[in-house]
Amino acid sequence: MEHYLNLAIKAAFVENLALSFFLGMCTFLACSKKVETAIGLGAAVIFVLGITVPMNNIVYNGLLREGALAWIHPSLEELDFAFLGFLSYIAIIAAMVQLVEMTLDKYVPKLYVALGVFLPLITVNCAILGASLFMVERDYTLAESSVFGLGGGVGWALAIVALAAVREKMRYSNVPAGLRGLGITFILTGLMAIGFLGFSGIQL
Amino acid sequence: MSAFGKAERQALIDPLFNDNPIALQVLGICSALAVTTTMETTVVMCIALTAVTALSSASVSAIRLYIPHSIRIIVQMTIIASLVIVVDQVQQAYLFDISTQLTVFVGLIITNWIVMGRAEGYAMQNPVWPSFLDGVGNGAGYSLILLGTGFIRELLGSGALFKYQLLSLTSEGGWYSPNGLMVLSPGAFFIIGFFIWGLRTWKPDQVEEE
Repeated sequence: MEHYLNLAIKAAFVENLALSFFLGMCTFLACSKKVETAIGLGAAVIFVLGITVPMNNIVYNGLLREGALAWIHPSLEELDFAFLGFLSYIAIIAAMVQLVEMTLDKYVPKLYVALGVFLPLITVNCAILGASLFMVERDYTLAESSVFGLGGGVGWALAIVALAAVREKMRYSNVPAGLRGLGITFILTGLMAIGFLGFSGIQL
Repeated sequence: MSAFGKAERQALIDPLFNDNPIALQVLGICSALAVTTTMETTVVMCIALTAVTALSSASVSAIRLYIPHSIRIIVQMTIIASLVIVVDQVQQAYLFDISTQLTVFVGLIITNWIVMGRAEGYAMQNPVWPSFLDGVGNGAGYSLILLGTGFIRELLGSGALFKYQLLSLTSEGGWYSPNGLMVLSPGAFFIIGFFIWGLRTWKPDQVEEE
């Protein structure tokens, strides 16, 4: 249990996807003007990461990795489809996002209204694909990858909501003309990343 | 029509300063920040991205009249992902050390918005040759910012360029004590922030109004 808790904390704070691996930066910078949008996007990311990382884990361990196909027939043991990884992960992410969108639309319309706009945007969010690739690289088990997905999502959401809150306050400051908008946002993110560096080394 | 008419030149050169994918369009920043700790990885990443952007734009443009409108994103994604697999395999075969340093970031070219954005925004409406040049131009605009960032980060962060020690470090009896911040993530954010500041001071029409 402690192992999983540790993993979640590490994924959310110490190795924050946005601030220490720079993943999902495009959306992170473009959609952080208002806290409200940031919360919606953050929730959608948690949701999608929590589903796609374990899904990709199943695909990787059950179909792609070397020797994974041995369960069909022992003679397939030598096949190694790991090079098809990128194509499969992105396809699964796109398909899962579509499925999630349709399910929400049918059964939880309220949530669909809140997250709907953000879901298609998330398909091409580097954080989602990045988390799956980290999962493969670090050889997580199915349980570990679910925890990693959710933890990473929470960390990302936390970072974007915090940034949006700071940016809302920035409206009252007099920023040099050339730095307005994008420039100052980068510097703010840098300062936040320094803050998150303070978490490094935390372990239960 | 000549191979380098006005439109072609524009497709190639505009993305460098006037319409830079990183500084103005805010695309593809994820990898820009992550791989720039040393010049070696930066250069490899720039070549990889430029190749993927140019080839994917050209391929998308070549079949643009046959792609059904409703599934175009999936088609583009498949083309891009296949090209990235090729790039990744080439790197693992010939540049294994660097490819282990780049880890997941080569794979992340797939979700790099520069590639997708050019395929969707330019290649879908234009013939093959201009699309190819547009891809090269945008790759070059991206490389410009990346190489600048990589240069500053490696020089100040470890006193070296391409692993060649230029500034002698205090730990080895020299005079330069490396700036640890540059190697960590915040350094990258600051440098890009200042880059944008510089570019927008030089070209004031890019300033955002709030």
